[in-house]
Amino acid sequence: MTPILELRGITKRFPGVLANDHINLTLEKGQIHALLGENGAGKTTLMNILYGLYQPDEGEIFINGKKVIIHSPADAIAQGIGMVHQHFMLIPVFTVTENVMLGEESTRFDGFLDREQAAARVRAISEQYGLAVDPEAYIKDLPVGVQQRVEIIKLLYRKADILILDEPTAVLTPQEVEELFGIMRSLVEQGKSIIFISHKLREVLEIADLITVIRRGRVVGSVRPEEADQYRLASMMVGRDVQLELERPPSEPGEPVLEVENLLVADELGQLAVDHVSFDVRSGEILGIAGVQGNGQTELIEAITGHRHILEGRVRLLGQDVTNAPPRIITELGTGYIPEDRQRDGLVLAFPVMDNLILRTYYKPPFARGRRMEWEVIRQHAEALVKQYDIRTPSALSLCSTLSGGNQQKVIVARELSRPIRLLVAAQPTRGLDVGSIEYIHQQILEKRSQGVAVLLASTELDEILQLSDRVAVMYRGQIVAIVPAAEATKDYIGLLMAGVPAEEARQRVRRKPVEIG
Amino acid sequence: MSSEKTPQSPDLGKLVLEEINHEAAPPPQPGQRKRGIPQSVLIPLLAVLTGLIFGAIFIIVTSQEVYSGFGQSFSAGLTAMWDVVARSYTALFTGALGDPVRIINALQSGNALEIRRAFNPFLESLVTSTPYIFAGLAVALGFRAGVFNIGAEGQLFMGAITATYVGYKLVGLPMIVHLPLALLAGALGGAIWGFIPGWLKAKTGGHEVINTIMMNYIAFRLSEWLLTGPMKRPGSFNPVSPEIQPSAWLPRFFEDPIRFHLGFFLALGMAYVVYWFLFKTTWGFELRTVGSNPYGAKYAGMNVTRNTILAMTLSGALAGLAGANEVLGVNHFLAMAFSSGYGFDSIALALLGNNHPVGVVLASLLFGTLRNGATRMQLSADIPIDIISVLQAVILAFIAAPAIIRSLYRLRKPAEGEGLITIKGWGG
Repeated sequence: MTPILELRGITKRFPGVLANDHINLTLEKGQIHALLGENGAGKTTLMNILYGLYQPDEGEIFINGKKVIIHSPADAIAQGIGMVHQHFMLIPVFTVTENVMLGEESTRFDGFLDREQAAARVRAISEQYGLAVDPEAYIKDLPVGVQQRVEIIKLLYRKADILILDEPTAVLTPQEVEELFGIMRSLVEQGKSIIFISHKLREVLEIADLITVIRRGRVVGSVRPEEADQYRLASMMVGRDVQLELERPPSEPGEPVLEVENLLVADELGQLAVDHVSFDVRSGEILGIAGVQGNGQTELIEAITGHRHILEGRVRLLGQDVTNAPPRIITELGTGYIPEDRQRDGLVLAFPVMDNLILRTYYKPPFARGRRMEWEVIRQHAEALVKQYDIRTPSALSLCSTLSGGNQQKVIVARELSRPIRLLVAAQPTRGLDVGSIEYIHQQILEKRSQGVAVLLASTELDEILQLSDRVAVMYRGQIVAIVPAAEATKDYIGLLMAGVPAEEARQRVRRKPVEIG
Repeated sequence: MSSEKTPQSPDLGKLVLEEINHEAAPPPQPGQRKRGIPQSVLIPLLAVLTGLIFGAIFIIVTSQEVYSGFGQSFSAGLTAMWDVVARSYTALFTGALGDPVRIINALQSGNALEIRRAFNPFLESLVTSTPYIFAGLAVALGFRAGVFNIGAEGQLFMGAITATYVGYKLVGLPMIVHLPLALLAGALGGAIWGFIPGWLKAKTGGHEVINTIMMNYIAFRLSEWLLTGPMKRPGSFNPVSPEIQPSAWLPRFFEDPIRFHLGFFLALGMAYVVYWFLFKTTWGFELRTVGSNPYGAKYAGMNVTRNTILAMTLSGALAGLAGANEVLGVNHFLAMAFSSGYGFDSIALALLGNNHPVGVVLASLLFGTLRNGATRMQLSADIPIDIISVLQAVILAFIAAPAIIRSLYRLRKPAEGEGLITIKGWGG
């Protein structure tokens, strides 16, 4: 049988970079083909070529055995290729149907839009593939996972047979990921073919029929999930052996560094987001805060670091009261802070790397003498950190906006960890990063721990929490429902707590039998 | 149209600037400026050229001569077209920079007075450029800190009022005391007028665009009231202030009619101070950080509120200096229509100069020269002075829409993010 899609020898050069180097890829009908690679490996470039956004310098594309040239996304759609981008292209104030119709509007005899007919088709597609989307709902009211399904409906509405999903799971909760996988299975059962781009090993192993690994613009190899495991894929991706399980020497907790007592914090809407939370973090230990996104972790972290008003309660840092202290005071007492949203809070993207590396200490010697910026010192400092933390950037003068996500995060990590700190607050420190970067950042955090730094780690990735934490605090609806020592923190138990099951019941249920948690 | 997909980040025009600012060679970036003039310089230049071409078209279509020329014959029409454009632009050129023949003759004669007079148009252009420099710096500083100061005109009026008041009210002071005092008063007047909308933005969220426009009206009406009331020159029928004491005049370098005065060098000095402030001090670093990413600034422990107020205050002070410069250096009294919209033009100058002090100075010299030459063009070629406004508007339209210039001159598209204009828009 001829494959539905075949790429032969695709090569794409950008000035100074060989983004794709003679890539061959074959997609069979009804197959989920995973494209695995680190950020910047060339996955997205390849898909943009397939989608007509770039023209390849060399190579050919065959669809159903026929050679095609794709000049534009319109061409790609005409050939039955559709793509769901990482960032959705939906209009929030339009309904699902209106978004799906956009660019493909059908009109009635009187020239008005035929919404009913379009809505009926949307509903039919939604039912056929089990997408469960209400055609009349407004996009702005829909959760991210459903918005993604609207993007998929858009493709099916345009009769796409080949679906490219670019990092579709990056924005989803674990439950939504499971739902997406269900949909993907239903799609291929009904004859669609899917290219699934990801750098998450577990997901790829779970869903793909074939996994092709790309590194530095080249295909490293293709494997079937039955023949592979996470270690093998990771080392194929990175090009060396990767430690997925970290070596974690036993912790030697010292005196408490951060003490939080009965904290009450509200969110933007004035709703109580942190509800009487108390805990402490000792020097030399990592306290992980687990929880499904939106259970108050963000607000808690912001309150501790001085970025959100505390309604009630106390925060003490090294014995000193820092409740509602300005961020700079908290920083100067020895706090490193990796914020959740690196592009919004952690960096000034329009500034060069070297400026960002002093963003929190710019006013202190040796970077400033009095009010004078010492740019030469700042540049040397930046060059040293770029080397030490392996930040891949053309130079210390390059703008942060030109760096990949992983390297942007490394800039923040370098800045926060290269200072003498007593407390490290890390919120989602590896979100959206590739295996190599995650490994690196985890090692850095563990190193700080062994130096006696107290670490407060908030993450929605349960794996990350379990790998790093000495104790796990689980947040649910603004409260810490339990603080569990690492030894007792199994995935099932923590998962149940995250889902809101009371601690006692969760413990019994775990003891009875292993529970499947999404 | 897949090639149009690349989004243009508004912030990245700073790329070139930041690199210049750090006084280091830009790194060789793949796919970006290879050799030659960077687009942030090339596009303004081409915009000016295109503006001149458009100006010529306007001159032709509004010229009676051309129509009557074409009435006679086609060739007569063409000749008339050429004539009128050549005459206009010659007048513009000689009016702005001086008549080369006269300059050469004067130099040969060796007569010092003649030489000065021959160079006067050029010196007069510098005089016209001076308020533009101050006001352009004012708006550029605001933009760098993320505030859109449309109120430069009002701040300029306030600066002129306070400088005039100090200028005529204090009698018997030596110049070394009186002049700095009057300048300071001007800066203070503008600073207060900038501080108010800055404070309103920081404390109440009131958008500075709205508030500075309102402050403009207050300043205009206030000056009218003052000039017809408390500050009216005794015995005069016109709404003008008393004459400023000579001890508060910005000294002129030559005798009348050459008006070239110290203000120009003060403006250049101020451009350097603004550059130093923005790029060499921690104050400037904070201001630019707040302007570029207020969230990041907050995370860095900077006080966003204080920096916003500071930026508006400093911006107002610079605009106030523009007003003080005019009354102390050129007019020596305050009249109602003393500013020909310097404050409003300054927004354009900041844009044209890419919010960099050097760029602002160059843009101001261009605008001052055009304005000055236009006066001569009106006198000797009978071309309405408004043509210069058209020219300026066309130049700005092209600066604001670089894609037009790129397609006109077939420039390559900039790499992603390499924009030109650093305005953050109206977002507040």
